[in-house]
Amino acid sequence: MTVHNQQPEHRKPVVGKLLLLVIMMFGFGYALVPLYDVFCEVTGLNGKTGDQVSFTKAPVVDEKRLVRVTFLASLNESMPWEFKPQQSFIEVHPGKPTTINYIAKNTSKNSITGQAVPSVAPGLAAAYFQKTECFCFTQQELKPGEEKIMPVTFIVDSKLPQKMNELILSYTFFTSTEKNRVSKPALALSLNQDHKL
Amino acid sequence: MNAVVEEHHDHDHKPTGIGRWLFSTNHKDIGSMYLWFAFTMFFIGGALALIIRAELFQPGMQIVEPEFFNQLTTLHGLIMVFGVIMPAFVGLANWQLPMMIGAPDMALPRMNNWSFWLLPAAFGLLLASLVMSIMGMGSAPNFGWTFYAPLSTTYGPDSTDYFIFSVHLMGISSVMGAINVIATIMNMRAPGMNYMKMPIFVWTWFITAYLLIAVMPVLAGAVTMMLTDRHFGTSFFDAAGGGDPVMFQHIFWFFGHPEVYIMILPAFGIISQIVPTFARKPLFGYSSMVYATASIAFLSFIVWAHHMFTTGMPVAGELFFMYSTMLIAVPTGVKVFNWISTMWRGSLTFETPMLFAIAFIFLFTMGGFTGLMLCIVPADFQYHDTYFVVAHFHYVLVTGAAFSIMAAVYYWLPKWTGNMYDEKLGKLHFWLTTISANVLFFPMHFVGLAGMPRRIPDYALQFAEFNQIASIGAFVFGFSQLIFLYLVIKCVRGGKKATSEVWEGAQGLEFDLPSPAPFHSYTTPPEVK
Repeated sequence: MTVHNQQPEHRKPVVGKLLLLVIMMFGFGYALVPLYDVFCEVTGLNGKTGDQVSFTKAPVVDEKRLVRVTFLASLNESMPWEFKPQQSFIEVHPGKPTTINYIAKNTSKNSITGQAVPSVAPGLAAAYFQKTECFCFTQQELKPGEEKIMPVTFIVDSKLPQKMNELILSYTFFTSTEKNRVSKPALALSLNQDHKL
Repeated sequence: MNAVVEEHHDHDHKPTGIGRWLFSTNHKDIGSMYLWFAFTMFFIGGALALIIRAELFQPGMQIVEPEFFNQLTTLHGLIMVFGVIMPAFVGLANWQLPMMIGAPDMALPRMNNWSFWLLPAAFGLLLASLVMSIMGMGSAPNFGWTFYAPLSTTYGPDSTDYFIFSVHLMGISSVMGAINVIATIMNMRAPGMNYMKMPIFVWTWFITAYLLIAVMPVLAGAVTMMLTDRHFGTSFFDAAGGGDPVMFQHIFWFFGHPEVYIMILPAFGIISQIVPTFARKPLFGYSSMVYATASIAFLSFIVWAHHMFTTGMPVAGELFFMYSTMLIAVPTGVKVFNWISTMWRGSLTFETPMLFAIAFIFLFTMGGFTGLMLCIVPADFQYHDTYFVVAHFHYVLVTGAAFSIMAAVYYWLPKWTGNMYDEKLGKLHFWLTTISANVLFFPMHFVGLAGMPRRIPDYALQFAEFNQIASIGAFVFGFSQLIFLYLVIKCVRGGKKATSEVWEGAQGLEFDLPSPAPFHSYTTPPEVK
């Protein structure tokens, strides 16, 4: 006896459409990555500071307020540099352009190109923190033993909410020359050894 | 339960021996394999849970190293979610859907075979990592079943890659299963069965299948990003390279929250089949059940960040996700009240499936209420990552999803085997399971509210008593399931013959077929009026 299949001719389009949906949703997972960045940029969440800003006219300076900006510097674990701010903090009037310097030194025997990634805390303040000049806009190359002063010029927007009086600007340098990266297995090995107490 | 399916038709031509299972395209054989697979994994995952509870029986380190404890919690979670609840529901769908809609088999039988046989491969990979860990060859996955980056990327053990490919295989299996379910339901309903005449179990699986298709590929994307982050120099979740570890949580929970409903919607369907049978009344509010299921499925896509309130979201975001989460209580409440209204003034009898169904309604609702507590943002900051969360999701997954699966097995086992199960043993299993589950999970609310964090092998002294009570409950619960195993085997091997109707008040096309159901369900479609 044969098995009756009702309306088998309808089955193919259904399966095809569902497979298409599967592929679309796989793509959507990846689309979340740029969407996430766009969302963070639009809302200023997540401490991601925007790109370079230029002012056509001088911004309003709020002489009555003083905001403390603390500077942090850190290195990605595979980065053989020394990196620190010249001063640990500064107090600025919102709206006033301020320049401070970071110092980086290449302590390895190779020439290394690095990229700094900035971050502002609290995250909601990132939208009010504008950089007009920054070493993070381009990649920085240091020859073996070379030391370099890296300036950053920023303006704290005078529209910064009143409750925020302290900001933290943090930079992390990571290598963009791939060959200098410590390979992952070696890193995992050293971590495993740490875990064996 | 399949070995004794008697031959009523000489024309079945089913292969014999191991080939019957390896090459099976029969929805009942594949359903049985799914169910036995889930049952096996239930005992493996349960054994891991018992080691966890043994370690937590008293403060201090007793049995396992903290590193191994982390592997236990990770694998327990992964096995129970992907290896027990999901395959068990797919097994039930395989057995029941064709019978309930009057079809001879699933729409895509060969894909059905493939989607099952991917599972042993997937869990072979995952369990291999555990075996290697026990043999001292490096750690098994140890980052929790949620595998947050960078714990699972930068700091993940080498076996993370086993985990990644295992999740890929599970994902492919689930997606194929879901496509099969949708193709079956859309194309193979008996003449006259329009969408609003489908049994509720069919409806809930129809919607669940869409959820699976929508989110399993996102999970596959997340683990693929992990893979390329670990080995191919991308930085999706690595802040140093311009990525963001918080984004991992967004992608994961975009999958993870609908996943929660994948594990509960079929349970709603099962309960909606069982309660009317033993109340001897039609289901109260059939169409509202359908719309409630669809609303829950829709809402599941816009609540994911309630798992992430403490990651530093803006207040507007927290409020949005809080209110959208609260909204889910409305359709879920509709369901609970419909079940109660179905029982209202019915001629109730309390056979084992009904007992499990009533326990489900009561205990799942409790788990739902703790969920409402957790969605309140200011309270969640206190509850986050404590045992309160553990209590919540075990109430909805064990006394919710797992209870519904047990209820379904008791309900349909006579239809599958042709024999009645041992009612006395069934009741014993029910009472031991229900009481011990509460002894096990209820004290977790208290230690959680008092601040005991989850996923730790050791804890402060003041939590000792409640943890001891929970551990005692865990061992009773675990060993009670051996009764269930014995009962199922006993029922497969023989017993009082079941009628085709099985239960006095049973309705539905599956109960028009003889018991045990013939190898091919409806070779000629029935007429549905």
